[in-house]
Amino acid sequence: MNRSPRWKYVLLIIVIFAGIIYALPNIFGDDPAVQVSSLRGFELEQELAAEVERILEAEGLEYHHVEFEPERLMVRFDNTDRQLRAADILRDELGSDYVVALNLAPATPRWLGMFGAEPMVLGLDLQGGVHFLMQVDMDSAREQQLERYVSDLRNILRDNGIRYRSVRVDRSAVVAELRSAEDRDNAMRAIEREIEELVLEARDTSTTFNVRGTIDEDYLEELQQTALRQNITTLRNRVNELGVSEPIIQQQGAERIVVQLPGVQDTAEAKRVLGATATVEYRAVDEQNDPYEAQRTGRVPPGSRLYFHRDGQPLLLSREVIASGDNLIGAAAGFDQQSGQPNVVVTLDGTGARRMLDHTSQNVGNRMAVVFIEHRPETEIVDGEEVHTTRRVEEVISAAVTREPFGRRFQTTGLGSSTEAAQLAMLLRAGALAAPMQIIEERTVGPSLGQDNIDQGFRSVIIGFALVLVVMAVYYKVFGLVANMALTANLVLIVALLSLLGATLTLPGIAGIVLTVGMAVDANVLIFERIREELRNGNTPQAAIRAGYEKAFSTIADANVTTLIAAIVLFMFGTGPIKGFAVTLSLGIVTSMFTAILGTRVVIGLIYGGRKRVKALAI
Amino acid sequence: MEIIKADTKVDFMRYRNMALVFSAIVLLIGITALVGRGLNFGLDFTGGTLIEVGYPTAPELAEVREAMAQDGFDDFTVQTFGTAREIVVRIPVGEADETGADLSTRVIEALQRHEPGIDMRRVEFVGPQIGQELAEQGGLALLYALIGILLYVSFRFQWRFAVGAVGALVHDVLLVVGLLALFQVNFDLTVVAAILAVIGYSLNDTIVLYDRLRENFRIKRKGTPEELCNLSINQMLGRTLMTSLTTLLVLLALFYFGGEIIHAFAFTLIIGVIVGTYSSIYIAGNLALILGVSKQDLMPVEKEGADQPDTEVLPERFRNREA
Repeated sequence: MNRSPRWKYVLLIIVIFAGIIYALPNIFGDDPAVQVSSLRGFELEQELAAEVERILEAEGLEYHHVEFEPERLMVRFDNTDRQLRAADILRDELGSDYVVALNLAPATPRWLGMFGAEPMVLGLDLQGGVHFLMQVDMDSAREQQLERYVSDLRNILRDNGIRYRSVRVDRSAVVAELRSAEDRDNAMRAIEREIEELVLEARDTSTTFNVRGTIDEDYLEELQQTALRQNITTLRNRVNELGVSEPIIQQQGAERIVVQLPGVQDTAEAKRVLGATATVEYRAVDEQNDPYEAQRTGRVPPGSRLYFHRDGQPLLLSREVIASGDNLIGAAAGFDQQSGQPNVVVTLDGTGARRMLDHTSQNVGNRMAVVFIEHRPETEIVDGEEVHTTRRVEEVISAAVTREPFGRRFQTTGLGSSTEAAQLAMLLRAGALAAPMQIIEERTVGPSLGQDNIDQGFRSVIIGFALVLVVMAVYYKVFGLVANMALTANLVLIVALLSLLGATLTLPGIAGIVLTVGMAVDANVLIFERIREELRNGNTPQAAIRAGYEKAFSTIADANVTTLIAAIVLFMFGTGPIKGFAVTLSLGIVTSMFTAILGTRVVIGLIYGGRKRVKALAI
Repeated sequence: MEIIKADTKVDFMRYRNMALVFSAIVLLIGITALVGRGLNFGLDFTGGTLIEVGYPTAPELAEVREAMAQDGFDDFTVQTFGTAREIVVRIPVGEADETGADLSTRVIEALQRHEPGIDMRRVEFVGPQIGQELAEQGGLALLYALIGILLYVSFRFQWRFAVGAVGALVHDVLLVVGLLALFQVNFDLTVVAAILAVIGYSLNDTIVLYDRLRENFRIKRKGTPEELCNLSINQMLGRTLMTSLTTLLVLLALFYFGGEIIHAFAFTLIIGVIVGTYSSIYIAGNLALILGVSKQDLMPVEKEGADQPDTEVLPERFRNREA
């Protein structure tokens, strides 16, 4: 008999059912939504949800509901009209600390969401958007670091009373030229004490005594990692200003950053914003004069400038900069070891440390402020023409009392919470001098092309699919219909797996699905041809079915494994969209083995397996 | 319904020398085109900038060129893309143009001055360094796929088959690439993906044939390798045509309805499927024969019983249990 064991039915039913559940979210489409997030990428306060509701209700705008997450807040609407109006209102009301962006929220019913079922993510080529690949210039990051060592070394030598001829950068090293062997040895000892990460070497020539310092390999690697992370942080800040709903900013390899901005069409604007720069400055607070007075009268004492704290409070700061982003090596949030309070530990380079020490030695008990300076690109419409300008935005992000003199490393405490500490550290890092970046690849797809790609992609899947169904049904009759069921199930399973894996659907991905549809029937063709052959050899229908499946199996397995090898290689070497093709192709191969072999066997068994005598097969 | 009758007995192997000559001629044409005209490498490999723009009405290409030239561009090409209303501007990597990504902005501004109603559809900028990397990766991918397949087939079959299969694949890749050069198809990353898919497909066909050949070698008492090869091809003919047909159907759907971007991809696969089907019959089978595949090569290594496998009868487990 050709009845399958019961577990096969159960397995098949479970897999198909799960497939349907996870493929289903893709047919519900999206709700227009407005997304609110913090401009600086901070966590949102719970109260924001209530405020957004209040604002919308005050305007009489109907909305579905407000979904609150620490990173973002999402409000769904019935139509794009309300969505656009709500976005405008929220943008005005919430002020410049928040980013209000249009978004599409998947309209997956709640009961499906309970299974964790979510629709496929559409790639940039389908939904439109910008893809940038940015190269961080590590050579200049290293050069910057070497330049810092030059000034550090000069300071160290001066402090230790060692006279030197010159200190300079020589290719990938910093070289100090000294007058005697004794000076050289002293210099090496002094430098070693202060800067651990330099590998020192005596390199004398016939007339001079040189110390050559190269950056330790591990430290260099760490330095590059830091440079990259810093750039990513800076990019995040920039991208937030663009109001993109779901940006992707990721490290790729050791020196590159991928930036993907779905839905962004104005690439010129995006490029300008990404290219914006920020820095920080440490300045002394002018405690002699009253900032409120200066704000009111507009008369600022000479030697000072009027600044505003982020909370709106005015401050008078000295015109002299103690240290700036160029001097900043690192800033990390943590906890003070003695008091357990949240703090930010800042590390400065030699020059900055020296100036900081000079300043703090004389100003214990006074406040020192950190100013965050950004050059924000802006687009204005003047006389009907777009004018691009950059606006310098300055705000005080911290003002704290100096308790004791410090230099290279110091900490800021008295921060309200660990969140506040993390925010300060992030801003400081964003303002540190980062390695320069360059766009080395850009792929932008306009929304009209994206929609065309979706339409054409789906049309070709459906037409190709329909053609194959017709051919199979005509050629193999009942068996063909069973194969068609398997093919349909296969399509459902591919979509379900893609959704479940959170894979991104791209146009080449759709091509992969189309190709899989064409090739997936191969397994059934092999089996059916074998069954026909067995019938011609005089076997009874039941035996022919059994032999057909069993003999075709190893052929199918071999053939599919080799195709899988090609697909996996494609995945390993491919980038972006090509990976999408490889993923759908591989998934399709695996699912087709399941549906075409196990699936059809079970169904054929149901049709023919139970009967005692089968005269002929409809094949 | 059956296209291929059960008793089909085409003497494929009679034409095997002719097929070799035919392959050699087509390969020669392809390689000549490859050397002479070269591949029409796309942006992915050459680097440069491509801007696709949609116009409300079909523009005069000469006017578009004029507008570009007025803005100081001199090294560029303008072509229609798919329909007459869509045009593509291509600008090669220039030596002065280090900050390439800004270029696209300037081009769009130039085109907007000529026709304000244009719609930016696509911008691609690939730096020269990326282009080279992508080319290297593509080449490596082909190489690794071939090596992986060689190992798997050697392990599952026998080295003669592995060499035959890889020979057929090299034949297919060369032929397809040669034809792409001949027709000057835009050779981009999707085409590399298509070639790898062709490798997978062609191999699929070859394996199916080898599998049957191995089975026939084992169970048929009589017959020269050539005859058995012929028999296997005939037995699998129905399947080969059917699978090629369904695959070609979906590829044609992709070619005609999938849009301009996927055109080169679909075209490559269509050629590939045809070439792959042909090669598994005439190149893969043929090479294995030329290398001297014999019965001894394919006998199962371990035997449970005595030396009995020379039988036409089905093994026990396949025999009709109802009778």
